[in-house]
Amino acid sequence: MSALTDDTLPASPRAMRDEMIVFVAMAVLLAIVPATGIYPFFVMQALCFALLACAFNLLIGFGGLLSFGHAMFLGSAGYFTAHAVKEWGVSPEIGIIIGTAGAAVLGVITGYVSIRRQGIYFSMITLALSQLLYFIYLQAPFTHGEDGIQGIPQGKMFWVLDLSKPTILYYVVLVGFLAGFLLIFRTINSPFGEVLKSIRENEQRAISLGYKTDQYKLMAFILSGTIAGFAGSLKVFVAQNASLTDVHWTMSGEIVLMTLVGGLGTIFGPVVGAFIIIAMQQYLAGFGQWVLVIQGVIFVACVLTFRRGLVGEIGHYFRRSL
Amino acid sequence: MQALYAQLLVGLINGSFYALLSLGLAVIFGMLNIINFAHGALYMMGAFTAYFLLNLFGIGYWWALLIAPIVVGIFGMILERTMLQWLAGLDHLYGLLLTFGIALIVQGVFQNYFGSSGLPYAIPDELKGGMNLGFMFLPIYRGWVVVFSLVVCLATWFLIEKTRLGAYLRAATENPTLVRAFGINVPRMITLTYGLGVGLAALAGVLSAPINQVRPLMGADLIIVVFAVVVIGGMGSIMGSIITGFALGVIEGLTKYFYPEASNTVVFVLMVLVLLIKPTGLTGRAA
Repeated sequence: MSALTDDTLPASPRAMRDEMIVFVAMAVLLAIVPATGIYPFFVMQALCFALLACAFNLLIGFGGLLSFGHAMFLGSAGYFTAHAVKEWGVSPEIGIIIGTAGAAVLGVITGYVSIRRQGIYFSMITLALSQLLYFIYLQAPFTHGEDGIQGIPQGKMFWVLDLSKPTILYYVVLVGFLAGFLLIFRTINSPFGEVLKSIRENEQRAISLGYKTDQYKLMAFILSGTIAGFAGSLKVFVAQNASLTDVHWTMSGEIVLMTLVGGLGTIFGPVVGAFIIIAMQQYLAGFGQWVLVIQGVIFVACVLTFRRGLVGEIGHYFRRSL
Repeated sequence: MQALYAQLLVGLINGSFYALLSLGLAVIFGMLNIINFAHGALYMMGAFTAYFLLNLFGIGYWWALLIAPIVVGIFGMILERTMLQWLAGLDHLYGLLLTFGIALIVQGVFQNYFGSSGLPYAIPDELKGGMNLGFMFLPIYRGWVVVFSLVVCLATWFLIEKTRLGAYLRAATENPTLVRAFGINVPRMITLTYGLGVGLAALAGVLSAPINQVRPLMGADLIIVVFAVVVIGGMGSIMGSIITGFALGVIEGLTKYFYPEASNTVVFVLMVLVLLIKPTGLTGRAA
């Protein structure tokens, strides 16, 4: 049986160099966005989703675990941060820490349950767990049910960074994104990441080599959930609300779609995919329900003809690891 | 006590749908190695087919029970022939992603034309009214749904476990290459199996139309509950799927009576408990 990412190239000094060059180029391009007059809100939103998709990709692309419930981290961390900032009046950096820590705790609990089954069952379990949380948030008083938490104050980060100024907010989000991205990048290229890849390729053999694969999978799950939660906390300051949409399974599906379009198991694919899907939603907002149909068509087309994704195809063509 | 019995009946009805849907999922997974995410959407198509038959052609409930599963089953077989079969040999997860995409398309198209509100579908004249059983009032249609679903489930079990066709099916699940060597057309069997699983979903859709109304998203949330049912029961055994489906429906009904706040979540909580105690699911075989 061919794995999801059977043609990833082995890590090599050249691959590392290529990836660093692309990373620097990406960072520079993103840093000059405010000077170009591109609508910064769109880029900020895309950056949050890009980090989320990267966190998701850490699990599927490098651990072989397809989580169909990653929206639970996005939405939960969003609720925690929003509640802390709005009701308790804490500063943004404390709010982000609370949201991210909450997502980490959630990752420990849901990871402990879901890694007990592999493959297709893992996907179904994560989906069911996120639906469980959805119903809990629907009824819990602090989330304000269908209304969500609205009008969240952006406040001053570290006493000086006024997040209500779009340019400052943009650079805070950008720094958060780059830090999260580098952490994932570093994890993938660490000994830990190599063990994860070996579990993806052949779990039985990894076990026979003496690795406690369950612990590695749990660690990867917690890390992925925490980073996804961090993205969710950042997004609160961009969107200034936290609502049930962010916990719903359609959101989990969108995360999967972003990563699939960009390329499962590629380093930069999720970023490209997130920008494409968010842009598509912006431009097609007037088409109502047809957006869902178009997303479905992209899913089908990607799975049938385009399984490497955009970045994966480019990398495959030039025989480079991206 | 009246309310308790009423909730038990609602639980049994939901259990019938869980059983019919998880049964179809198990049959499809056995042959195709695909978790059919489109199952909820196809269930919805079954209900809509019954609605169209009645409102466009004047064909009533009884014929719809027969025609809708066949129509949706044929639609499913076309899906299998044109798309799903190309995934053979790839990772299982691609099947999940592909069928998720199909579900989005089908649900999106229906939502576009029918919005999110429910369309009414009348109970057939023969099943209107109710019976007084002494301890509770039983609406005849609801009793009919439970009994009929049970019969269909058991018939499917009989077909797969006790007939020659079922024996071929089970053999092809274990070792398709060997079964092909005996001159049996395995690809055609795979297509028919998918049609059968989808037909069961459509049948559940027709049964639910008079109870739950016909809505484009009627299957969207249901399928996630059914996934949890499948995780609890495991997909190794047909009878296991049927029993787990009905049992969880009843437990959900009891929860609605004793602690209504948890009725949405009880199946998921049970799934967590089962995973903690017996990770392979109640009926055993690990996938």
